[in-house]
Amino acid sequence: MIEFRDVDYSIDGRPILTGVSLYVNPGETRVILGPSGSGKSTTLRLLIGLVHPDRGRIFIEREDVTQISEERYRQIRQRIGMVFQQGALFDSMTVGENVGYALLEQNLDEDEVDAHVREALRRVGLDEGLIDRMPDEMSGGMQRRVAIARALASRDPKILLYDEPTTGLDPQSSERITDLIVHLRDTLGKTAILVTHDIADAFKVGNVITVLNEGRVVFDGPAGDLDRANNDFIHQFLAPFRKTVAAAAQRLPAGVAPRPAPAPPLRGGTS
Amino acid sequence: MIRTVIERLRRTLVTVQEFTLFTVALIRTAFIPPFYGREMMHQLYFAGIGSLLIVVVSGTVAGQALALQLARELAQSGAKSQLGHFMVISVVRALGPVLVGMVVASRMAAGITAEIGAMRSSDQIDALVAFGTDPMKRLVVPRMVALVIALPALVIIGDTLAVAGGGLVGMQYHITWESYAAGVLRYLTPRNLLVGMIKPFLFAIMIAAVACWKGFTSEGGAKGVGVSTTESVVICSVGILVLDGILTRLIFRMLHW
Repeated sequence: MIEFRDVDYSIDGRPILTGVSLYVNPGETRVILGPSGSGKSTTLRLLIGLVHPDRGRIFIEREDVTQISEERYRQIRQRIGMVFQQGALFDSMTVGENVGYALLEQNLDEDEVDAHVREALRRVGLDEGLIDRMPDEMSGGMQRRVAIARALASRDPKILLYDEPTTGLDPQSSERITDLIVHLRDTLGKTAILVTHDIADAFKVGNVITVLNEGRVVFDGPAGDLDRANNDFIHQFLAPFRKTVAAAAQRLPAGVAPRPAPAPPLRGGTS
Repeated sequence: MIRTVIERLRRTLVTVQEFTLFTVALIRTAFIPPFYGREMMHQLYFAGIGSLLIVVVSGTVAGQALALQLARELAQSGAKSQLGHFMVISVVRALGPVLVGMVVASRMAAGITAEIGAMRSSDQIDALVAFGTDPMKRLVVPRMVALVIALPALVIIGDTLAVAGGGLVGMQYHITWESYAAGVLRYLTPRNLLVGMIKPFLFAIMIAAVACWKGFTSEGGAKGVGVSTTESVVICSVGILVLDGILTRLIFRMLHW
């Protein structure tokens, strides 16, 4: 479904990613984990074509996106829903216009867009009455939900990308967003990549985990194997979260792609 | 020392090259659908109606100040009847487009650069791309089209008020409204109007290109947006003066004046 093949990317000669290879199966939820500045978000930016690799190839549904025209890339992007780090809602548009943006771009009938928008808001547990609100009239947690609704409302996205969707939120809102992602994973079954530095989130959401450090893949496999990885960086990185990792390792047998954690009931609310 | 100078020169050339490519892409994109009509109307309102008050005030005041200077000199040399003639030449050909251009540039360039710069720093432009939108078509073209329509219209309003203000000043120097109007109409030739209208059209393209480009290339969060906004206003203001100088020479040569 998604493949990075030996990808290098640098900015002004400073390497950001070096020799990154990973493969995401259809329907899989992959977590890319790592400390700040390890190149996690860059992998998503490369995938969606916001930046281009210096070397290597990137495939989306077997199509090499490093070799295609911008126009073709635009068509491919319409099948991808992306949630940006701080939401990146269009602040001059209402919630409804934000959520329905991709559909309006595809010249869908306004009534049809409205129905899709309401459905997407319901899916993320937001009240339909928020449709005419401006993004800055809502809390950070609600904005993040709107951002997820916007990604879902694209015309049947086959791939969902989450770039640190809980960054900057209070623990309660953060947990609600993570629960929402788990719920969407279980109900929609779409291919997804979650970028996070939060180990608890990673184990809660991910089927398979890829760990990045200084732009290199240091682990790529089932979450249950992460605890047994023979790598100093991973041991140091996981040290503060021993209990979480041990519990996950017990739940997930080594070498077996983990069963997703059961989806918690979707909570509505205002966070 | 020499290496630093060479490096700065190289960077300047790269910047000029990038800006030129941006402007060429902007003009090319302007003719390719989709066209964002709603966004264009919104920008037209912001550029046109939003700038109307400052154009009315500056046009009226600057026109009267110019007329005051001219009327006094013309009265002393016994050529008071020439006030309309001098006002048309000064305002329509030179002062109007530059004055209105600079007033609108300071307002629009700041607004456009700050808005696009803020969108850049909050990933909204990346979000546009991620949802399959070309930011050039969605953000830049509507602003350029709005300015290309609004600026010449504002220049006409500014010129009219400035020339009319000249007539009021003339009355203080015992120049009748009829003789002033006759002088104005005699020199309000298609050629003079053409010179006055070519300039705002090109100023509009320049303001849109510079302001959007500075917004797109702004880096470093709020501070970066502030720096880009300041640079955008300075470049647009100086650019208008430079472009006016170049265009005046070119037009004079083309019309064999």
